[in-house]
Order: sequence, then C-alpha cells, then structure tokens
Amino acid sequence: MDITVRLFLAFRTGRFNTKVLQYAEGTTVRQVVDDLRLPEADLGTAIVNGREAELGDVLSPGDTLLVFPLVGGG
Amino acid sequence: MTGMRDWDRVGKPDSGVVREFVAARLDDDRLPWSGQAAVMAHFGVSCAESEDLILEAGVLPARYTRNRQMLTTALQLRLFRSQVVVVGCGGLGGYLIEGLARLGVGRLVVVDPDAFVEHNLNRQILATMSNIGSNKAAAAARRVAEINPAVRVQAVAAAFDTGSHTLLSGATAVADALDDVDARLALAGACRDAGIPLVYGAIAGWYGYVATIFPGEDTLQHLYHRHTSRRGIESQLGNPSFTPAVVASLQVAEICKILIGQGTLLRQRVLTINLLDSEIETVPIE
Repeated sequence: MDITVRLFLAFRTGRFNTKVLQYAEGTTVRQVVDDLRLPEADLGTAIVNGREAELGDVLSPGDTLLVFPLVGGG
Repeated sequence: MTGMRDWDRVGKPDSGVVREFVAARLDDDRLPWSGQAAVMAHFGVSCAESEDLILEAGVLPARYTRNRQMLTTALQLRLFRSQVVVVGCGGLGGYLIEGLARLGVGRLVVVDPDAFVEHNLNRQILATMSNIGSNKAAAAARRVAEINPAVRVQAVAAAFDTGSHTLLSGATAVADALDDVDARLALAGACRDAGIPLVYGAIAGWYGYVATIFPGEDTLQHLYHRHTSRRGIESQLGNPSFTPAVVASLQVAEICKILIGQGTLLRQRVLTINLLDSEIETVPIE
C-alpha cells in the first residue's frame, strides 16, 4: 500500500522531505519510524491524516504520516 | 514593578493640561526624551506614568517614531498598557525581552532561576563577560532599564512552577522561552487555566518551532505527544547564535499581533523553521 511520509527539520537530513513509500498491509507507525531509522527518543509526535497517532496504530492505504522531531531548547 | 500602583503618589493629571504642556515641547509631532523628562519633573510622575500620560494625550514619544507606520499612537498606548510574562531569560528569553521592551510593551514579568555561565555567551543576548554568575532575570531587568526606562519589569529569580500561577495574573500574553519539555507542558496548562494566550518557541541547532496557543487549544500536547525525554534533539545539536534570534523574533511578532488584535496568528498549527535547508512552513496541528 502507498503511505505518504513527510519528515520535518533534522529528520530530513540524509532522508527526504516528502515521499510516497510502499508498505505491506498491517504496517504500524512504529514500523515506518524504525524503517526510516528515526530514533524513538527523538520523536516529538506522529500525525496520521491530521490526527495524532500512537506508534502502534495500523496504517491504511493512502494514509499521510507526518513525523516531527522533539525540539525543546530555549 | 514597585508594588505601588500608578498615581498613588500623585493624582492623575488632567489630560488636557498634559496635552498643552507637551504641545510646547514637540519636535515635529513627536515628543523627544527631553520633553518626557520635563513631564516627569513638572507633574511629579514616574517615567512609566509620564509615558502613559503622553500616549493618552495622543502624542508619540520620539523613541517610537519608526513604529508608527504600522502602529498608531492609540495602539502604542495599548501595547504600553499590556503585560507580558516571559518564562525563561536565556536564548529565546533574552531576544524576546529585548524585542518587547523596544516595541513598547509597558509591563514585563521575567522569570528565570538560573545564573549566566560561560557557555551561554555563544547565543544569549543578555549574557556578557561581566555578568557571568548573575541571575538571568535580574540581568534582563537591568537591560530593559537601559533600553526603555518606561517599561516596568518584575524580575523573578525562581523557576515557574505550580506556585507561580499568580505571576500570570493581569497578563495579556505569556511567552514560552523554557528549555525543558515537561516545564513547557506545565506552563501551557497554567496558561489554559488562567485563560491567557501562550506564544511557544523552541529551538535545536538549525531548527525551531513557533506556535500561538489560545485557551482550549492543545497544540503543545499534540506536538510533544510522543516525548519520552525532557530534552529534545538540541541535546545533540546544541544551539548557535542565530536560531534563538529568529525564533524569538517570530514570537515577538505573534505577541504584538495578540496585543493589538491584528493579523493572522499561528493558531492550531506550528511554524517549522529549518535554517539549514532554508525552509519555513506551517503545518496544521489540532
């Protein structure tokens, strides 16, 4: 199935901004995050189709997944 | 702030009398500092009180000359009668306080328990060779006094915590200039409870986020939904001189819009700033 993945800020370095990726049915948000080697500790939030997602959420064909790094400095 | 309310020492002078006194001292149509000092001496009022009187009389102090293509004198008075709380006086906080004081926001509450250390010098505008070891909030108050003595500053040399909610009383807006995710979420909760808009900014290396959060909106809770640590990628990337200046300036612009009731705010979305790749975009977060 096609999943559109959008990465933000430092997550783009060495990866991409937006890309349509192929995953098997039943793939979870965590599997995409792991596949892209995004360290879980660096994760701020993941959003699927405009809604906050849990890492265990199962993706559906055509979903758009946004992944934001944790930024907390001041 | 002294704890003394305006006009406690002297009755408030009549606006017409002030206008007449000021009219004789204008340079072009603005009042130079010498005229403002004359108002203070003649009416026996403080610098802050004199500025309120002058603006209320419809006259612009000369220091705000370059504001007036975008801000009327009435809006300048509105800014002057506003109170903004800046929580954190480090990288973001220093530039926030600088921008708000120069803009002419009349009351600032600045909060930070920490003292300057040497590694603050690469980016914190309030950090100087001579104030290493000094409390950051106290340094902010000294800086504002040098820039704009009409601005009243309450410096709080303590962490913002559950006992600090009274600091938000009377505030028109709050600026998040913290460096800890849990503390940011706690501040967002306090602002929600107090019914005060929060302007959030966060930085890491080349990157930053800015958002404006009104009571009832949960932008920060969404943005930090997955957080497992109090610190973000800034612990790997550090922070250079320019990122806090960019992010804090955007926060000042948001606060200005809240105070004057104009423009389009960054509500229910986050502005993502990527200075490495020269990319800035807003993303809906609701």
